[in-house]
Amino acid sequence: MEKVVEIIDVSMNYHTLDGETKAIQKLNLEVLNGEFVSVVGPSGCGKSTLLSLISGILRPSAGKILINGKEVQGPSASVGYMLQKDHLFEWRTIAKNITIGLEIQGKLNKETQASIEKLLKEYGLYEFRNHYPRQLSGGMRQRAALIRTLATKPDILLLDEPFSALDYQTRIAISEEVWLILKKERKTAILVTHDLAEAISMSDRIMVLSKRPAEIKSIHEISLTCSNKTPITCREAPEFRFYFPTIWKELDVHV
Amino acid sequence: MYDSKYSAVSEEHKKFLMNNKRKNSAIGLSRFIILILLFFLWETAASKEWIDPFIMSQPSRIIKTIVIMSKDGSLFMHTGITVYETIIGFVSGTVIGTLVAIALWWSDFLAKVLDPYLVVLNALPKTALGPIILVWIGGTTKSIVVMALLLSIVVTIINVFTGFSNCDEDKIKLLKTFGANKRQILRKVVFPAGIPTIISTLKINVGLSLVGVIVGEFLVSKAGLGHLIIYGGQVFKMDLVMTSVLILAIVAAILYLSVLWIEKKVLKMM
Repeated sequence: MEKVVEIIDVSMNYHTLDGETKAIQKLNLEVLNGEFVSVVGPSGCGKSTLLSLISGILRPSAGKILINGKEVQGPSASVGYMLQKDHLFEWRTIAKNITIGLEIQGKLNKETQASIEKLLKEYGLYEFRNHYPRQLSGGMRQRAALIRTLATKPDILLLDEPFSALDYQTRIAISEEVWLILKKERKTAILVTHDLAEAISMSDRIMVLSKRPAEIKSIHEISLTCSNKTPITCREAPEFRFYFPTIWKELDVHV
Repeated sequence: MYDSKYSAVSEEHKKFLMNNKRKNSAIGLSRFIILILLFFLWETAASKEWIDPFIMSQPSRIIKTIVIMSKDGSLFMHTGITVYETIIGFVSGTVIGTLVAIALWWSDFLAKVLDPYLVVLNALPKTALGPIILVWIGGTTKSIVVMALLLSIVVTIINVFTGFSNCDEDKIKLLKTFGANKRQILRKVVFPAGIPTIISTLKINVGLSLVGVIVGEFLVSKAGLGHLIIYGGQVFKMDLVMTSVLILAIVAAILYLSVLWIEKKVLKMM
């Protein structure tokens, strides 16, 4: 399979008046087309920084990042980013929230409008298109946020703990739904999360990062035996019990 | 919360609504009684000569003054002028202040450079600049409007700029991931997110602009409620002064309520 994302010797330093913080050090990673990769690591280890670098809103201090073989120079339409909260704008209707990316990229036309309408219908938000975000439940809002990300037709989705603001049940249900949508739309995804069970149930591979400055500690290929593979059924797979403690130990959590 | 719409209202809920209504009407009635009582006391005290009606004026004299001034139309002329100047002052103060706030948001450098000047200007009682404006611009309506503008503009700049700066960083990040430039970030998120701040500034500005207009009218003293107050004071016509102050209180309340109404409409639209 072709490589969609290549991270080559990337380092990232933050500068403040108090000094320099090394967030990421010489990190290498390849993500293949259609793959679902999770990034786990201790809090504040630079996981989100990594996503910002891939999306092009931050530039690395050293090294380079290739997307579809081209070096990242800034934000591009081929990368979609989903943040922790839905960040739907309260003053826009759901439909208007979803078109914001297209508006910014100057791609709002009849054709893209039609494809958004299709997405809205497909994922059960069509009747709510003229509602305001506050009228929707947390799960629906997050679904709207996903459609907003998909509207610009990115090849790669960066998910920055997109479920952490939801309550536990909604979280499981929405992660299942998002996973199914991403598989159906054949998107490559990189998920940053704190939730090991979430990572194991959703991913093809899990990358464990070290404490700051972040380096790759290990990479786990996840293969779970379950019929009709989805995140929820995966939680019942016998191997689930094996991956959890293995990765947990590597995270080296001390409270 | 929506239950009441679909099912019959329960007895308990009816009772609750009734109690609430009763409480509200009691509050309204008490307010009204206080007002009536005050005017009644004032009237009796003046007519029984417990206080000197020449100095303290008297509700009946105020009514008489209102009637006379309504007949010759001077009441409406002076009130209209004050309202007009206030509206021009606070609308321009809000618009120009917001534009400056946008410039400060745009350029972090500019914001940092101007910060100490804004702090000093904010602390300075702007009314102290009255005589300077009078000399520079002359004794016209223009001076009064500038006075009103001056009082509201600095607060507007500071409040709106703070509002813009407090815009959720993640919302901006979201737009950046779509490749938004600075202008788009301003138009799509920073400005719309700042509209509630701008409106709440409008509420402050109504009051401040009115202060500016009255001070301006004191200085220029050609027309307006401020002129009537100053003139009445100079010729010892306390009836005129009290009437003007009373009208001013009503004007201030109406202006404030109008802004509240606009706020409600705008926030509903958002």
